[in-house]
Amino acid sequence: MASGKRGLRVVGKALRKVDATAKVTGTTKFADDLFLPRMLYAKLLRSPHAHARIVSIDPSPAAALAGVKAVLTGKDLPIRFGILPVSQDEHALALDKVRFVGDPVAAVAATSEEAAAAALAHIAVRYEPLRPVTDALDALAHPEPRIHDYGDLGNLHKLIHLEFGDVEESFRDADLVREDTFFFEGSTHLPMEQHAAVADWSADGKLTLWSSTQTPHYVHRALAQVLELSPARIRVIACPNGGGFGGKSDPFSHEIVAAKLAMVTGRPVKITLTREEVFYCHRGRHPTLMWVKTGVKKDGAITGMHFKSLLDGGGYGSYGVASTYYTGALQTVTYHVPRYKFQGARAFTNKPPCGPKRGHGTPQPRFALEVHLDKIAEQLGLDPAELRLRHLVPPDSLTANWLRVGTMGLGRCIEKVVGGSGWKDKFRKLPTGKGIGLACSSYITGAGLPIYWNAMPHSGVQLKCDRGGGVTAFCGSTEIGQGSDSILAAIVAEVLGIDPLDVAVVTGDTDLTPVDLGSYSSRVTLMTGNAAVQAAERAREIIARHAAAKLDVSVERVAFAEGRVFDVERPERGLTFADAVQLAEAAGGTVGTVGSYTPPPSPGKYRGAGVGPSPAYSYSACVAEVDVDPATGIVRVPKIWIAHDVGRAINAASVMGQIEGSVYMGLGEALMEEMAYRGNRNVVHKIPSLLEYKSPTTLEMCDVVTYVVEDPDPNGPFGAKECGQGPLLPVPPAVANAVYDAVGVRVDEVPITPEKVFKALRRKEKGEAGRFGPTAFPDIAWPEPIRVPPPWEGGDGRAVARGKEQRAARAARD
Amino acid sequence: MPDSKTKIALDVNGESVEVAFAPHKTLLEVLREDLSLTGTKHGCELGECGTCTVLVDGTAVLSCLVLGLACAGRRVKTVEGLATGGQLHPLQDAFAELGAAQCGYCTPAFLLAAEALLARNPRPDRDDIKRALSGNLCRCTGYIKIYEAVELAAARMRGEPAEPARETLYGIR
Repeated sequence: MASGKRGLRVVGKALRKVDATAKVTGTTKFADDLFLPRMLYAKLLRSPHAHARIVSIDPSPAAALAGVKAVLTGKDLPIRFGILPVSQDEHALALDKVRFVGDPVAAVAATSEEAAAAALAHIAVRYEPLRPVTDALDALAHPEPRIHDYGDLGNLHKLIHLEFGDVEESFRDADLVREDTFFFEGSTHLPMEQHAAVADWSADGKLTLWSSTQTPHYVHRALAQVLELSPARIRVIACPNGGGFGGKSDPFSHEIVAAKLAMVTGRPVKITLTREEVFYCHRGRHPTLMWVKTGVKKDGAITGMHFKSLLDGGGYGSYGVASTYYTGALQTVTYHVPRYKFQGARAFTNKPPCGPKRGHGTPQPRFALEVHLDKIAEQLGLDPAELRLRHLVPPDSLTANWLRVGTMGLGRCIEKVVGGSGWKDKFRKLPTGKGIGLACSSYITGAGLPIYWNAMPHSGVQLKCDRGGGVTAFCGSTEIGQGSDSILAAIVAEVLGIDPLDVAVVTGDTDLTPVDLGSYSSRVTLMTGNAAVQAAERAREIIARHAAAKLDVSVERVAFAEGRVFDVERPERGLTFADAVQLAEAAGGTVGTVGSYTPPPSPGKYRGAGVGPSPAYSYSACVAEVDVDPATGIVRVPKIWIAHDVGRAINAASVMGQIEGSVYMGLGEALMEEMAYRGNRNVVHKIPSLLEYKSPTTLEMCDVVTYVVEDPDPNGPFGAKECGQGPLLPVPPAVANAVYDAVGVRVDEVPITPEKVFKALRRKEKGEAGRFGPTAFPDIAWPEPIRVPPPWEGGDGRAVARGKEQRAARAARD
Repeated sequence: MPDSKTKIALDVNGESVEVAFAPHKTLLEVLREDLSLTGTKHGCELGECGTCTVLVDGTAVLSCLVLGLACAGRRVKTVEGLATGGQLHPLQDAFAELGAAQCGYCTPAFLLAAEALLARNPRPDRDDIKRALSGNLCRCTGYIKIYEAVELAAARMRGEPAEPARETLYGIR
């Protein structure tokens, strides 16, 4: 892959984003900004019950109303869908059963939004309520009535049991073995833009859907499946997203319904969710109960780790199987864990479905692990920064669970935040009420495997070089505010030596652009970036060949920079980029190229090895300073130091924005954000509004000192790794560790609300353990483990039978 | 269903306009649906997020809580009225320069809230900015680039030759 810093003119600079002017002038067209002639407006009728059988639906009174053009119910869209092939459990409109308050059951299209909303009251639905399952423990205790007719056990959707070496033996080899339990409350993405979609059906049988989606390719597939249309007749256009954070990564009911209503009425149909409905779409952070047991030597070296997680999945599968695996996948990529065992379970519950939120399944275990290590360090009498620094996973190595770590800049990250924050002068030395805490993390730069099994590239880029010197880059990637359009333009511009503003980008349009799997898993910069490098290098090759002939030099001597193509040894001899394109076009026809990218194969070959592998892992270290008022339990965070190993910044200013934004979202989860329900009132969402769902305003946001660590990774374009999710992860545990430093109580649960701090302080005063958090992890009927010997115990990445594993381990030791 | 329309005259971004709409419509709806000014966004339509902020007679208001009818004869400024003659307003320029607009959805509101601040206080300190923008939510930026952009624009509007600090754009290396 392209790399090397010498002579970079675009990559690494803090350039304005290609869409910056549109964003600051309000001209960016989000999905709800589209108005088509004769457009109808759609509304969804949502279930008032958390769990109920639908006895009957009579939409006819609504259909008869003035202005109403169509009404749909579940039987109009009977085919199931879902983001994962293993969880095809959603209907666009509930067919026979509703599974959460807010589950869509019917839809209306009318000539105005008001008429559509008013018509909903005229759809008569009779429900037969069923016992609702309120949370994961309730699901465990009540396998009946089942929420779904599939899943591993009763109301448990998924059970995972993976064993990488004998952890019990590793605990016997340890000087200290510690167990802790933690809880991470669910939270939601809260993008400022409410989801919206506009569908258009043309009489020649073509469907177009504009949507605020992060994954147009998956929406394309879901529409084809549910509407039984040829994908060749469906065009999905991802409008720029007004924030996504994972919340617009599933195909949604409202998208399918708008499309169907357009087909039925022959008119364009718009649907825009209310803020309350956005809470029902959810797909946010899974509430997760965790238990971790770790053996360590006196110097803090980990001998083995056993981790259990129990996820509250909500009413549908969504990405949940992947989320569950992710709660166990990345514990091994920061500090060396020679033996590792993971047990994970996801429960179906009667609440809005959980899914991928920034960090997807990894902030929860990272919180647990980093607080757990803080306690271990204290017990061993070690500085927590020192403990971590001593036992880092080496670069270019395999982990116990067969993840391949490439570049690894965590050590440098720790040194930056420790030095910058004055850690050594502050840790355990600040006056009561003031505290400082440290935590680290890692995140994938793109999932190594696609969501549906296929052997095709994960990202494709097509380039067209114009006679005027402009270049158009076509790519399925989706701009959600993270700056993917600008990264695409910057990389093409870098390779071809032109200005990024001379690159037109056409993205997220299934008719016009090659497939990119979507804006999730921090994959876009690396994957579309590599595809863009390949496409641009191919264009460069074509143009250089003809320029070389014209300049009468060898191809190797042709350089591209500042809009010129020239002889590198005599730079004054050259031609403009536009002239060079014209030469190439005259000689060989239209100058167009393609590039694509497929991640390297994963070394793990066991069932479950598909979640965790990535072309590259980013690393972050964080120090948080807190003020805790012991009288009220109120925690304020004045300042956070964050260091992030981004491999190489493609756009320096965008990297800063991603890091600061991640810290912000991590701070929100640490202190206040929670998807809370009224458990005693039929699992009704307690707070489906922006006022009651607390998120940090300018008055709560802390100061942030950002260190950018560059350790170029050979798998990334110009060495780039991700930066949009990873820096969120260390923030909640750093805050929790700082609270302990400040007032000596452990809040082993986020959000760290004043009430929890207060309760822990009162317990401490009474001579009890100064702690707030869960005390037990339930018994679960785990399946037999999949046993995979770690690389250093004679394994080959495949699962083995028990006896064989023991023999292999013995052979490796002897 | 559709109420009969009422017509009002008002000044929108320096131009006199007449617009007819159903009397229950909010200023937000009138701007977006009847005047095609879709630069003004909505995040809740309940007055909770600040995303629909516009200026009415120079004061920042939540257009989702103001009836269109209440704006008869008044001056309304939206994001479409910030740039003049193809030249970005210093706030727009600074937001673009620092990456203070990520997804860009809350950006029009922040720009207008900041403009109202700078009109009454050309030299705000960081706390003044935080207070003035505390009614506007942004989920992308963590607000920091927004503060820095307001400070940069304020300095330039005072005629100072301000440039962003290297650490603002590149972090500490």
